[in-house]
Amino acid sequence: MPELTNKERMQIPRHHMPEQPPEVRIRNFNEVNLGYTIELAREEAERCLRCKKPVCVEGCPVAVKIPDFIKMVAEGKFKEAAEILKEDNALPAVCGRVCPQEDQCEKVCVVGKKNEPVAIGHLERFVADWERKNLGFRMPEMKPKTGKKVAIVGGGPAGLSCAGDLIRMGHDVTVFEALHEIGGVLIYGIPEFRLPKEIVRAEVDYLRQLGVEFKTDYVIGLTETVDELLERYDAVFIGVGAGLPYFLNIPGENLLGIYSANEFLTRVNLMRAFEFPKADTPIMNLQGKDVAVFGGGNTAMDAVRTALRLGAKKAMIIYRRTEAEMPARIEEIKHAKEEGVEFIFLSAPLEFIGDDDGWVRAVKVQKMQLGEPDESGRRKPVPIEGAIEIIPIDAAVIAIGNGSNPIIHKTTPDLKVNKWGNIIVDPETMKTSKKGVFAGGDIVTGGATVILAMGAGRKAAKAIDEYLKNPDIW
Amino acid sequence: MNKIVEARFIAPDIKLFRIEAPKIAEKRKPGQFVVVRVDEYGERIPLTIADSDPNEGTVTIIVQGVGKTTKQLNLLEAGDYVRDIVGPLGKPSEIENYGVAVSIGGGVGTAIAYPTAKALKEAGNYVIGIIGGRSKEYVILEDEMKKICDELYPTTDDGSYGFHGFVTHKLQQLLDEGRKIDFVLAIGPIPMMKAVAEVTRPYGIKTVVSLNPIMVDATGMCGGCRVTVDNKTYFACVDGPEFDAHKVDFDNLMKRNRMYIEHEKKALEEFICRIDLMAKKLEKQNA
Ligand SMILES: Cc1cc2nc3c(=O)[nH]c(=O)nc-3n(C[C@H](O)[C@H](O)[C@H](O)COP(=O)(O)OP(=O)(O)OC[C@H]3O[C@@H](n4cnc5c(N)ncnc54)[C@H](O)[C@@H]3O)c2cc1C
Ligand code: SF4
Ligand code: FES
Repeated sequence: MPELTNKERMQIPRHHMPEQPPEVRIRNFNEVNLGYTIELAREEAERCLRCKKPVCVEGCPVAVKIPDFIKMVAEGKFKEAAEILKEDNALPAVCGRVCPQEDQCEKVCVVGKKNEPVAIGHLERFVADWERKNLGFRMPEMKPKTGKKVAIVGGGPAGLSCAGDLIRMGHDVTVFEALHEIGGVLIYGIPEFRLPKEIVRAEVDYLRQLGVEFKTDYVIGLTETVDELLERYDAVFIGVGAGLPYFLNIPGENLLGIYSANEFLTRVNLMRAFEFPKADTPIMNLQGKDVAVFGGGNTAMDAVRTALRLGAKKAMIIYRRTEAEMPARIEEIKHAKEEGVEFIFLSAPLEFIGDDDGWVRAVKVQKMQLGEPDESGRRKPVPIEGAIEIIPIDAAVIAIGNGSNPIIHKTTPDLKVNKWGNIIVDPETMKTSKKGVFAGGDIVTGGATVILAMGAGRKAAKAIDEYLKNPDIW
Repeated sequence: MNKIVEARFIAPDIKLFRIEAPKIAEKRKPGQFVVVRVDEYGERIPLTIADSDPNEGTVTIIVQGVGKTTKQLNLLEAGDYVRDIVGPLGKPSEIENYGVAVSIGGGVGTAIAYPTAKALKEAGNYVIGIIGGRSKEYVILEDEMKKICDELYPTTDDGSYGFHGFVTHKLQQLLDEGRKIDFVLAIGPIPMMKAVAEVTRPYGIKTVVSLNPIMVDATGMCGGCRVTVDNKTYFACVDGPEFDAHKVDFDNLMKRNRMYIEHEKKALEEFICRIDLMAKKLEKQNA
């Protein structure tokens, strides 16, 4: 392609992601987005203005050199593009799929001022997928062995990215994971139709090939404590995520047919209940049923779209506020709408009503209206007096967020946590109140994003490397 | 992958396994459990640790074959492996010197009561054991219990062995005789635990039961195991499994445990079908 002017670039319309049509995809668990072809990717890459002061990079939590990698895509140099991406992002195939780009890089992209922003996420995904399919395993540069050993607690994005950096720095790394499979939320929470498990497994295999050791079925705090790990390891990184589901705390919540999103998604994703009886773990039969999901985040969207794929006749999102306040990624909301999910806004659940066998049959909701903005600037919903509705349902999923699981801090008394149970760290180094122990990801921030967890893991790896060189000054 | 070093039936459909799991063997305390997954497609099932040998690095579990997974597990022999075992999970039993402690086990519940009964004895209690079964062959761990109990009463529903009647009848009899009882631990089917709670309630005897709701992760991550105790919700896998029997909502637990009853039936039927097919194939091959 001849060199384009900025004006010409600004006029190219954004290339939309090819996807499975809604009526087809609601009958399968395969990935909805099919990925750019080489042509689409190169054309989309031409839309980037290659700004001298790229604001997109400032918008990226890990400062991926966005215009540089996009330029390589435009030139068809995908290997080089992958190398640039990987300098800052350890999990581009994952982040390209699940990052909230519209709140980060794409939110500030200059092209977005007049046209739709450059599809940075789609391009990131394209490059990572191209690399995985075409180049296979390549040994990165590895520093000589230091003889130091680091234990990583939790195999989610925080733990994996920390492990990846530390092993390249020459340290021995062992990841301890409570579940039987590595990946954290990427494996048990985010569904196959949004993030194929094959991608997560490839990332884990890559780390294994670099020499990272993985111990599954190992609950730190119970199987072995942090203090015991410190006897065997020179440093410990804690990335155990936010694994404690919040419930609504309303009457009837323990009726049959009511799940936390964690349970619902774990049964389907990690335990493969959609393959029952080939897989032993069941999920309630949702064929022809009405399912309500409470919440407005990615987790709620994942749950409601999973319910549809399990055969639900009516899959509803019931949310206290309005669409504008929903924290879910825009793409998820769009996909959910296309698939026929019903959105019931400004409705707060009051009570679940059950039948004699204990199954949920309906939910009583309080209709709300938006009041004055609160401290966070969001307009707070307030009840409309007397406006109460009864919605018939056969199943419900509670997706209103996660708190921190107390197993670690209950068994590590000198590890300081805040009132919500989040581990307190120095934001520069991720070091905790306990010598030799670092932490990052959702256990520090509360439920956040994959990219932030990954960034925290890498920041911690850097600090751990310094610490191992000279533990006494820390 | 964890190796099974011993596997033997101790009653019809009830099998004892010793499994290599050195860390768990070293750590576990009475009242705690493990989660086991038989194979790649297996579900995660909680099983109480009946005993452990830290020197040998093994834990003992006792499994009653009722559903697909437990029946499949019970087909395994020494030398075979289970895919996953994780633990020790749950809170350990609260062991104190209460004075006179009665440990009640119904059916395979005896295997769950046994480690706690043993710890109660070691803590200085006078331990009375009541272990029930449908009939003689379902009374398990009698020799083990005999060693740690000051008095032991086997009971059978059909009177084929020991005391004729339910474990609750035996307990009531002791109370009627005016025996001083300071603590009761009751583990078995939900109706049995509920009945024991009703027997001891009027006497105000501290009574503890071990609950067995459906679990997934068993580390507090999913809330599938929630139980209602004293009108509040608890996660049995991390807040329990032992709770104050007088405050447990047994009816809710009983209903919740029926959630997948249709699935369980289907899975079991398919499994038995498959086993029959395999058996027929083998027969043909041998013929
Ligand atoms: C359904 C769902 C959808 C989401 N969608 C998005 C999205 O689209 N985009 C996005 O950016 N973010 C999304 N998120 C959030 C994102 O997944 C998390 O912010 C991120 O995974 C946090 O990473 P982490 O490594 O801190 O923790 P996790 O991913 O939670 O991993 C923690 C790991 O530690 C293990 N563990 C816990 N306790 C112990 C212990 N005691 N010993 C050993 N191991 C332990 C856990 O089993 C788990 O594997 C979503 C979250 C959910 C639940
Ligand atoms: S802001 Fe947009 S146009 Fe500018 S470099 Fe970044 S992606 Fe390209
Ligand atoms: S089994 Fe998941 S929280 Fe208890």
